[in-house]
Amino acid sequence: MAVKVIIPTPLRAYAGKQESVELQANNVAEALSGLTLRFGDLKKHLYSDDGKLRSFVNVYVNDEDIRYLQKDQTPLRDGDIVSIVPSIAGGVHR
Amino acid sequence: MSAPLLKIREELAAQIRAHGVETYPYECCGAILGRDGDGSREVLALLPLANRRDDSPRNRFEVTPGDVQLAEKTAREKNIELIGWYHSHPDAPARPSEFDREHAWPWYSYIIVSVQSGQPRDLNSWRLRDDRSAYDAETIESSAHSASI
Repeated sequence: MAVKVIIPTPLRAYAGKQESVELQANNVAEALSGLTLRFGDLKKHLYSDDGKLRSFVNVYVNDEDIRYLQKDQTPLRDGDIVSIVPSIAGGVHR
Repeated sequence: MSAPLLKIREELAAQIRAHGVETYPYECCGAILGRDGDGSREVLALLPLANRRDDSPRNRFEVTPGDVQLAEKTAREKNIELIGWYHSHPDAPARPSEFDREHAWPWYSYIIVSVQSGQPRDLNSWRLRDDRSAYDAETIESSAHSASI
């Protein structure tokens, strides 16, 4: 399936300065692995060392959070838009 | 390589300090809107946001994806960019914690204001390194007057 992945501003420098990337994928996991295969520097910002998507990386398919769909197994159709949306967290460590 | 430069009007820096005082002893947070250039960026507006970490707001802050999208929309409407985030460290130094580093995005400027016993102290700005190993301090150039929108 031909889908478009929207890259958030802070990651564009690691994706050829592109706002979006078009690729073939049958589900979200394939879309993200295709993206990091093409742009290897993205991987450390999207995934933690144990290979899980970082907690502050949110993925939407056509504006629906994949946590409420089928997570990374959410199927994709031609023309779907996969958006990577940051959340921001931090604070004093105690 | 010299430290990246962050220009900010004193009035806007004062707004960040005031927000930190207002929410003390809890952490405040907000979006930094402005323009990014080669080696320097300029803060032109702020968007104060609610700290969504209701469970531990004294030592954590969180901005939801919805608020991030609101900040991006606000920046677009002003024809500028979302260039970073600010938050306060109540009774702690204005430097990133390990928790900050683990949760940071690259590229964004992260301004931290220290608020000690309810009084604003240092205000510093940081950027995560490409390899996520540490932050680099940005040089803050504060001025009474600069471009406004």
